[in-house]
Amino acid sequence: MLTALGVVFGVASVVAMLAIGEGASYEAQEQIRNLGSQNVILESIKPPDNQGPGQQSRSFVIEYGLTSRDINQIRQTIPGISVVVPSRIISEYLWHDDKNIDGSIIGALPIYPEMRNRKLSSGRFFTDIELAGRLPVCVINQTSATRLFPLSTPVGKSIRVRGYYYQVIGIMEDEGQRATTESTGNGNKSSSSLAQIVIPFTTLMDQFGDTFFRFRSGSFEAEKVEFHEAIVRVDDVNEVVSRAEAIKQILSKNHPREDYRVTVPIELLRQAERTKRIFSIVLGSIAAISLLVGGIGIMNIMLASVTERTREIGVRRALGAKQRDIVLQFLIETVLLSGAGGVVGVILGLGIPVAISHFAGVTTVIKLWAPSLAFSISVMTGIAFGIYPALRAAKMNPVEALRHV
Amino acid sequence: MVKPIIELTNIRKTYRMGDMESHVLQGITLSIFPGEYVCIMGPSGCGKSTLLNVLGCLDQPTSGSYLLSSQDVAHLNDDELSLVRCRNLGFIFQSYNLIQQLTVIENIELPLYYKGVPESESHDIAEKLAGQVGLGKHLHHRPNELSGGQQQRVAIARSLANDPLVILADEATGNLDSKSGHEILGVFDDLHQLGKTLIFVTHDERMVQRCSRVVRLRDGHIESDEPGGARKHRAANPVSELHMNDVTEESESSADLPTSVFSH
Ligand SMILES: Nc1ncnc2c1ncn2[C@@H]1O[C@H](COP(=O)(O)OP(=O)(O)OP(=O)(O)O)[C@@H](O)[C@H]1O
Ligand SMILES: [Mg+2]
Repeated sequence: MLTALGVVFGVASVVAMLAIGEGASYEAQEQIRNLGSQNVILESIKPPDNQGPGQQSRSFVIEYGLTSRDINQIRQTIPGISVVVPSRIISEYLWHDDKNIDGSIIGALPIYPEMRNRKLSSGRFFTDIELAGRLPVCVINQTSATRLFPLSTPVGKSIRVRGYYYQVIGIMEDEGQRATTESTGNGNKSSSSLAQIVIPFTTLMDQFGDTFFRFRSGSFEAEKVEFHEAIVRVDDVNEVVSRAEAIKQILSKNHPREDYRVTVPIELLRQAERTKRIFSIVLGSIAAISLLVGGIGIMNIMLASVTERTREIGVRRALGAKQRDIVLQFLIETVLLSGAGGVVGVILGLGIPVAISHFAGVTTVIKLWAPSLAFSISVMTGIAFGIYPALRAAKMNPVEALRHV
Repeated sequence: MVKPIIELTNIRKTYRMGDMESHVLQGITLSIFPGEYVCIMGPSGCGKSTLLNVLGCLDQPTSGSYLLSSQDVAHLNDDELSLVRCRNLGFIFQSYNLIQQLTVIENIELPLYYKGVPESESHDIAEKLAGQVGLGKHLHHRPNELSGGQQQRVAIARSLANDPLVILADEATGNLDSKSGHEILGVFDDLHQLGKTLIFVTHDERMVQRCSRVVRLRDGHIESDEPGGARKHRAANPVSELHMNDVTEESESSADLPTSVFSH
């Protein structure tokens, strides 16, 4: 059994490789579904050089991020894009009666749910009329709903933020797991369980202006950000990458400080392909080497077995076995050995992705055909490495085989 | 006149080692008729086993012709030889040569497996044969759980499974103590009685008394070819009792024995 260990590891790596690869593409597809494959997402980020520890006790206004100049330039110079949806995001406490939670207010346009692929679970989104009228209405996400209104229905009630009241007109689903790859910068950002409320962009501009003040650990800090986010929709899916390049050029000219980030969801697919390829190469090599080692081990076992059973082979030939009967017999024995290794390998291989998902947080997907494929690889290893011992057994001269002691 | 079942004409076997040639069989011409019980005897190294291997289609003669029930088998390829062994020949070996990982019944079924007989049928045949050699109660034992004599009886049952034209044995009693050897000789007598054609290489003088013909070899030649004890004996006192009953377990009634061995 020990010699089948190579086959065990080989098969296990094949299963793990397939699970990780499938997981990577599944994750990418999920993200694209969330972010929209035709979209290019622009975000404002605090420029890194303004976050030094020496500036903690001073108070001043940090100005950064996307501006209306950027938005206008993008609108005017880049062809083939249909809409640019800017939004502002402000972190604040959200109140209902005496309950409050930490959350964010997003100022957006009525097209927001469609662009971000977010479904409403009840109520409705605000309209162009409400946008134009700068009305104090809001759509809240599921997290806010359950945390601020644990016992009642939120629609029709109001939420207070910094003295302003917003009437809840709809509830939308939480945003799916978001962002592991950005075209500039790195790091992870998860907004899945963050409380969010979306209000008309105009209302937000009226009430919060474009500067945002906040006390933070004793110091007074102000940020001036015009747009926190903008989504550009490209009409032709095939043009998304080239349009994103053009957008990046405009932004890099306007923002030498790199206080923005461009995410191209469709590029996540490429990223996933890359991950998949790397894992395939690494695990594929492990698999190939293990299978080779295992196969050679099995071949040695079988060669020893053939020698040990020389006389048995002679007897079988005398009783009428043809050469091909002997080949078949030893091939079956080899395949049983490698197949047993394959079964253990598949079980082990199903465990590896589960462990990886658990400890490394990487999504893995096990398709039904993957274990079957891995198992057939073990069978084929048995055939490939069993054929030589089997032929050697079959080619023995019956008389000499019978004389063997 | 009865047609011979085996006709050897001028069979030669030459082994070449480097530029040394050793002429092991030097022109053997021999006809064997159905129902004969032939002992091949001779000093060690005279070529008995070599001749038996040629007769058993395990080895090909260097020259000469070999007709087995009128079929020329001297110049067949490996698959064709396998087929001849499978259909027409039964083997019994000095060291029993049962397959250790198979049970008694599986060992007996083995020739039928290679012949392509369906399993249900081969199981019945094997079970019947096991009963006839007195091992009806040991069907599922492994060879290492049996005595030498019992193992040789399994081997005899196995050699009968495909209902061969000829049964060949090389020193079949050579590994047995005199008592179990005697029992096995009794089984052979029964086979002879039942009309089987037996060709046995032996050093066992007791066999000479029981066989119908003794062929003595010396240096690759037939030195003498005489009637055996059974023929000389038969004239005066025909063998009537079945010796197999001496050796079977009490529970195996002699009624099992008759020609049923060949009826399948
Ligand atoms: N494959 C071979 N290559 C060369 N010489 C061989 C080969 N097989 C047998 N011989 C020689 O042929 C001669 C006859 O051997 P064989 O086994 O037929 O003798 P035997 O009569 O059966 O003797 P024993 O009674 O000892 O079994 C021996 O001298 C042996 O060395
Ligand atoms: Mg010999």
